[in-house]
Amino acid sequence: MTLTEPAVQARGLVKRYGRITAVDHVDLTVKAGDVYGYLGPNGAGKTTTLRMMLGLIRPDAGAVRLFGRDPLVEGVRALDGVAGFVEAPRFYPYLTGRKNLELVAALDGGDAAARIDAALDIVELADRARDKVGGYSHGMRQRLGLAGALLRDPRLLILDEPATGLDPGGMRDMRLLIRRLAGQGMTVLLSSHLMAEVEELCDRVVIISSGRVRYEGALDELIATTAGRYELRTTDDARAQQIAAAQRGVDDLARNARGLAFAADERAATALSIALGEAGVGIAALVPRTATLEELFFRMTEEAPATDGAPVAPAGVSNDRRPATPDRHTPRAEEEELRA
Amino acid sequence: MTTVPAPRVASRGAQRPPGIGTVYAWELRKLRSQKRTYLGLGAAALVPLIFVIALLSSSGGPDEIPFGRYVKETGLAVPLVGLLFSSVWLFPLITSLVAGDIVSSEDNHGTLKTILTRSTERWQVFVAKLLAALSYVFAALVVFVSVGLVLGGTFWGFDPLTSLSGTQIPAGRGMLLIGASALAYFVPLIAIASIAFLLSTVTHNSAAAVVGTLILSFVMQLLAIISGLDFMAPYLLSEQFDSWQGLLRDPTDWAPITHAAWVSACYAVPAVLWAFLAFVRRDVAG
Repeated sequence: MTLTEPAVQARGLVKRYGRITAVDHVDLTVKAGDVYGYLGPNGAGKTTTLRMMLGLIRPDAGAVRLFGRDPLVEGVRALDGVAGFVEAPRFYPYLTGRKNLELVAALDGGDAAARIDAALDIVELADRARDKVGGYSHGMRQRLGLAGALLRDPRLLILDEPATGLDPGGMRDMRLLIRRLAGQGMTVLLSSHLMAEVEELCDRVVIISSGRVRYEGALDELIATTAGRYELRTTDDARAQQIAAAQRGVDDLARNARGLAFAADERAATALSIALGEAGVGIAALVPRTATLEELFFRMTEEAPATDGAPVAPAGVSNDRRPATPDRHTPRAEEEELRA
Repeated sequence: MTTVPAPRVASRGAQRPPGIGTVYAWELRKLRSQKRTYLGLGAAALVPLIFVIALLSSSGGPDEIPFGRYVKETGLAVPLVGLLFSSVWLFPLITSLVAGDIVSSEDNHGTLKTILTRSTERWQVFVAKLLAALSYVFAALVVFVSVGLVLGGTFWGFDPLTSLSGTQIPAGRGMLLIGASALAYFVPLIAIASIAFLLSTVTHNSAAAVVGTLILSFVMQLLAIISGLDFMAPYLLSEQFDSWQGLLRDPTDWAPITHAAWVSACYAVPAVLWAFLAFVRRDVAG
């Protein structure tokens, strides 16, 4: 294990359940220090991928390495410095919260037990630590799950829908905590349905649908792929539409209830504004428009799956503009090299 | 969750993994925290009590079974007679109650993923669970024999016991032989526990494992009493529960003890190996 190894490197991961391919040749790379968002609709294969990462299930093909170690080959040693939970964190309902943490700390060995009090304080469960987990709410169990993960003092934190079941205040606190942990150098792999959460926390994302990667790369690059669109409101939209249609460099022109929408580079947009002024059409607003992550997510995940194995680029984004994802669709030889 | 600083993330090294003793100790703690555990131990204590009450309220005794005629002559005979009765349903039930649940309850609670993503190897969890289940069965056996001995001694004293060969066994040696008999009795129970453990591991369902073990146990008892299937009887697990009687002959007859040991091993070893492979190779989903 070296410091230069990616926190997570998955190549060609495949998991089938009978005739259903839950995970279909997934490649992803989480670099050390990333706050990495893992997005996909229900049943997309997110949790299955996370389970393979943690060595809970065996891939049918491909390999995953955590800081250079393969859980299938090295067992729990591959999980050194790795913690988290998949789906809802589960504990023994007949034990208290503290006893549950003592148990998992004992199974971790080392000085994990010494961190119990701090972990309980962080997740604000110290006053309920002596209650049996059977009486905990879903949100409290989520927080206990995070406390259990922190006992391992992880370098990589894998969190599967950590805000699920939390009230708005709890969700905000969870986001703050994740951001603070990331700020201390912890790599975070965050599976989430909450686009705002991912947009706020993550610098890189992978979007998966029907078990296949639709996009992997920097979040800002993904958003940037949809730049170059504008919304225009004028004193005379009909006239403005005529002028815009005649303007060189203005494409994909459409009129909607709010005004006009079009695609153009900055020079063409400037030229259009001059032309409108010369024509006596007042510009009420000319707003550059980028898609939100949520819009991109729906575009990618609601499109028909690619049939040739190529990942789908967002609508309106050509494949050559999509940020490069190195090593995607790894040849078998590379998978075997990774496994070796 | 905002008022306390997050833990330091600086000095991280590989954790020293826990030993098997730590994992085993926690399995025992888990058992101690479950009501079901006390149900089995309670039954192990209650049955000798009921047996003694029944003896006290009747004029005769179970004369037709070994040591039955001596139960009102010496308390040493009480736990031995109890062992004969309990092989039919009590100990298969107590054994399957825990051994059939110890893995599948983790599935039911979804906690397998919690413990298998720590620094403990799967084989350690497996061994610890198996040892914990066997420890529980042994504890139940000790409770059963102890309660029977104490109650028997209280009401009928600790006079010498008449062996199956008709010789007198002094009280002190008699107690040692009762302890040895319990150990011999434990051998087929290991096999029953192994089968329950296997069913618990492969079915992921506690009810199926507990009921399945009981059905298997009853089927073997049924096969043993079908006259046309006499040839099978020496190899049925249910027949190995009487092997301890060899210890109470003079001289000691080791043949039934060794026979029970290898027959029980024929059931236990494949069951444990199968369970082990299933456990270490299984996908933990759900």
